[in-house]
Amino acid sequence: MATPIEQRGYKNPDALVSTDWVEQHLNDRNVRLIESNEDTLLYASGHIPGAVHVDWTADLNDQVRRDYITKEGFERLMARIGVTPDTTVVFYGDKNNWWACYAFWVFQLFGHKKAKVMDGGRVKWQKENRTLARDVPSYPPAKYKSKPRQDKPIRAFRGDVMSHLKKRGQLVDVRSPEEYAGTRLHMPDYPNEGALRGGHIPGAKSVPWARAINPDDGTFKTGDELKKLYEQDQKLAPKKETIAYCRIGERSSHTWFALKYLLGFKSVRNYDGSWTEWGNLVGVPIEK
Amino acid sequence: MFDPADRTGLLLSYADQFREVPAEVATRPFAKSHQVPQCESEAYVWAVKRPNATLDLYFAVENPAGVSAKALAAILGKTLSGLPAREIAQVTPDIVEKIFRQNISMGKGLGLMSMVQAVRTLANAAERSDTTHDA
Repeated sequence: MATPIEQRGYKNPDALVSTDWVEQHLNDRNVRLIESNEDTLLYASGHIPGAVHVDWTADLNDQVRRDYITKEGFERLMARIGVTPDTTVVFYGDKNNWWACYAFWVFQLFGHKKAKVMDGGRVKWQKENRTLARDVPSYPPAKYKSKPRQDKPIRAFRGDVMSHLKKRGQLVDVRSPEEYAGTRLHMPDYPNEGALRGGHIPGAKSVPWARAINPDDGTFKTGDELKKLYEQDQKLAPKKETIAYCRIGERSSHTWFALKYLLGFKSVRNYDGSWTEWGNLVGVPIEK
Repeated sequence: MFDPADRTGLLLSYADQFREVPAEVATRPFAKSHQVPQCESEAYVWAVKRPNATLDLYFAVENPAGVSAKALAAILGKTLSGLPAREIAQVTPDIVEKIFRQNISMGKGLGLMSMVQAVRTLANAAERSDTTHDA
């Protein structure tokens, strides 16, 4: 049985809630459950009762440019899912919460602070034989006056990565060891989404995202275990600026969440361009 | 043109109709030679020749969250099983985009296209063996 969240030694334990907590808040009007998955049909096949679906491609990404929704787009999304600035949003999803953490991260670009992740995600909820529903809930449209999107504090662009690299800043590559080594251009059993070169950004430490979780139920490891993984084994300093990256920014959102909220790293940014950008850029340094 | 919600509902109804490969065709552990490459839903495909030289297609999807893969497997199985190999071999991966439209991401789409490609490969192999046999 997993150690209770408040006893795990996290810097910000409030960012994480248990499946029990969610079960107890299913009818809480101030809480909105948000499911985000890789497979967009998964929500329709059954979700936590009352949860709304936020799809990373259709709802969070700009539909033309490779970028995120605008302030107006975010306000429309919040209206659709009935979320006000006072609503506590709780994210969960498949893939041990990759997309849940990604959605959480995008919400932070707009400064929605009342946000949490359900520890263990969809897999844990299902393993505990908790109820899933197919009814799609409907909530009264909410009024949400969003702040302008603020990328700078938590999002890194390629120019930021290049500057960071020159300063020998901390970089965390959260992809598989094979992708890091450049022996493959994509995750095992995943398609290649178009990177021309393999390897990693010079100086990046390899910490595959999955090392942060307990494989049995997808819950995050304890604070001490995470400290050992990132701070002791990889010598990543919590006070130094850190940039995490993966392939398109989803796995690194998971690591970003662990570093920023669970370990309290002072400044962590997610490079969402990640390897599908870096591995295609002309002339940038790559290490194998 | 389908409303996105209608399309989701339709695809889900196909996923609900998905039936795994019967034991007389394959049992676990499934042979890696039948695994669809680069499909994170861990899909497998088999083509079994009928006496009348048509093919029956069977699938397994090992990732329980692979709902889209199950939907596609059901669609491919229902529409292509019973056709001659040469006709099955004409199905092209771009049907994935036509079926799923905006319900699919690039990575997911590529994995599903790989399922279609695996069906084509089996159909082409079956057709070649027919040709060889006839000769």
